[in-house]
Amino acid sequence: MMPSTRRQERAGWAFVTPGLALIAVFFVLPVVVGLVLSFTDFDLYAIGDPSTVRFVALGNYLQVLRNPEFWHALRNTFFFVVVGGPLSVAASLGAAMLLNQPLVRARALFRVVFFAPVVTTLVAVAIVWRYLYHPRYGLIDHTLAAMGLPTVDWLGDPRYAMVAIVLLAVWKNFGYNMLIFIAGLQSIPEELYEAADLDGAGAWQRFVHVTLPGLGPTFLFVGIMTMIGNFQLFSEPYVMTQGGPLRSTTTVVLQMYEEGFRWWRIGTATSIAFVLFAIMLAGTLLQMRMQKEHES
Amino acid sequence: MPPFVHPRMPVLLATLFLAAALGCAREQAREGVTIRMWAMGREGEVVGELLPDFEREHPGVHVVVQQIPWSAAHEKLLTAHVGHSTPDVAQLGNSWIPEFAALNAVEPLDRFLAGSASTPQEAFFPGIWETNVVDQVTYGLPWYVDTRVLFYRKDLLRRAGYDAMPTTWAEWRRSMERIKAQVGPDRFAIFLPLNEWNPPFVLAASAGSSLLNAEGTRGAFQEPAFRRGFEFYLALFRDHLAPPINDNGIANLYQEFERGFFAMYITGPWNIGEFRRRLSPAMQDAWATAPLPGPDGAASGLSMAGGSSLVVFRGSQHKAEGWMLLEYLARPEVQARFYRLTGDLPARREAWTDSTLVADPAILAFGEQLQRVAPAPRVPEWEQITMKIRERVESVVMGGVSADSALAGLDRDADRILEKRRWLVTRAHTKGAPR
Repeated sequence: MMPSTRRQERAGWAFVTPGLALIAVFFVLPVVVGLVLSFTDFDLYAIGDPSTVRFVALGNYLQVLRNPEFWHALRNTFFFVVVGGPLSVAASLGAAMLLNQPLVRARALFRVVFFAPVVTTLVAVAIVWRYLYHPRYGLIDHTLAAMGLPTVDWLGDPRYAMVAIVLLAVWKNFGYNMLIFIAGLQSIPEELYEAADLDGAGAWQRFVHVTLPGLGPTFLFVGIMTMIGNFQLFSEPYVMTQGGPLRSTTTVVLQMYEEGFRWWRIGTATSIAFVLFAIMLAGTLLQMRMQKEHES
Repeated sequence: MPPFVHPRMPVLLATLFLAAALGCAREQAREGVTIRMWAMGREGEVVGELLPDFEREHPGVHVVVQQIPWSAAHEKLLTAHVGHSTPDVAQLGNSWIPEFAALNAVEPLDRFLAGSASTPQEAFFPGIWETNVVDQVTYGLPWYVDTRVLFYRKDLLRRAGYDAMPTTWAEWRRSMERIKAQVGPDRFAIFLPLNEWNPPFVLAASAGSSLLNAEGTRGAFQEPAFRRGFEFYLALFRDHLAPPINDNGIANLYQEFERGFFAMYITGPWNIGEFRRRLSPAMQDAWATAPLPGPDGAASGLSMAGGSSLVVFRGSQHKAEGWMLLEYLARPEVQARFYRLTGDLPARREAWTDSTLVADPAILAFGEQLQRVAPAPRVPEWEQITMKIRERVESVVMGGVSADSALAGLDRDADRILEKRRWLVTRAHTKGAPR
């Protein structure tokens, strides 16, 4: 018996070794190297002449935390997470529930239509949205003006640029969570609704007492994935506004990209990455804690 | 040493290796030298048409051009350098040269220039040449040049009482005030996109600012010269002579110019063709170009020294052949042909006698301006500092910050960005050897 388990164990290791090796080379190693670099001032000069690298200990972290631009970027990112996240989840859930109604016709068509933005290239989408947002010729301001409302310079006004990015991102991404919610809704047994009906529950009560609890695990998954994704907001502001105007749409990841691949301050960029990692980890733990408390 | 290796084995191996290497070398000489060249955008598309003559003149030398889109060029070149796969020769935007010099990626050209009768430094525009020199070492040979001049509406200027574009700042400013008085509150005298750092840069340079201190280790933005240019610039927004918007605020530049939304615009040579193509035929006689006015008359009106240079990479195995290619592309007649292919303005002054250039009045303003161009500070951090200029300008014009605190902020930004450079300079001084 013993030798056979050991052989099985060895076979098991043999099977996972390639996978572990890949993870080690392409994930663990870069993360470790990144961590080491975050304690140095590795930059453009260091690429040219490695002897110019200086060990700065926590210098990069202190500099990042003291940099008002970082806090500005963090504020923008939090705005996107706190406003964009719930909005996106609500839109996904709403669309999922509509599509889950037995009365809806051409359901497959709507599912494709709602999912299409997710798979469309952002650059193509951005061109269309830039026209929509245009202060003089855009459809949105045109409509506002026709209704007698004041118009807004969506992408040019620092107060509204992030709102514009949120709207674009919600529209672009809600289709993905919608599919997950549809799957979650379909897994709620029909009998529960029937029982609720017999007990005389209205539509709202059915939603609060049957649908929402039934979607619990789905909510946890969607919430965490959306939050992580939102913290990493990059491409939307990158193609729409390049972080402007007045840095009002510069997110943490966009700032990190600029530090690293525009100015080649790799040390600073990696330290931003680890700060963001810590924030995201805290956010995830918080959500899991909340979910657990909710369940118990 | 393991017992099965014969004691003389290493010697034998070394001999074999050497023989193989020699064999390769001989083969290469027989087959000729291949120069790999990277070129960007339109230049990359058409440079191939100039190469058959070069290859005819240099039998055995073959040039392979790889086209690279501008948007990816910077990253690709840097990655190639880090990965030891740079080409032999490449086109570089001349503002990138300090960066690639700091990276130790490009070969100094001084020893080639010293032995070359056909490429004397005096044959190039001096301001443009300077962009290739970092700490007294020349790293690039100018290929084509780019600068900015005023494009303006002759009819609107004439209505304001001017037959020609003024040459002093005071008169220029007065002409803009008069235009504004005529066109009313919804139109403007000049369009200076807020997201461009160039207009404040050229105005400050015209006022005599060097932007950074002599060693390029600290900002000089609170000096009187920079302040003078900066305040001239800001006053245009404060007095509503320029609209406080950036590029995004204008849907179609050409339509707006034709409609009279603005009467002047500072831009580059590519827009000559665009203005001819996109403005209506009726508008064609109503616009012109002029060199930038200066604080004390035309001679002090500087503009930016842009364009592309050609460089030889340090990792190249064929530097001598690479230099021959640079020399060939810098010949006046080749430069003129290149202009006809691309519309890129020649870096070589002799090429400006070419009939297609001289016959075009819109281009002549560029020729005149190129005599007076100022290179940006040649430090790798410069582009980063230009971002700060942009941000500080936006904070004054849109955010209501005072000019004084913006300039103090700019100096702080520059000092922070240049910290490593200060350390390197001090280190070089204490070592007693320039880097």
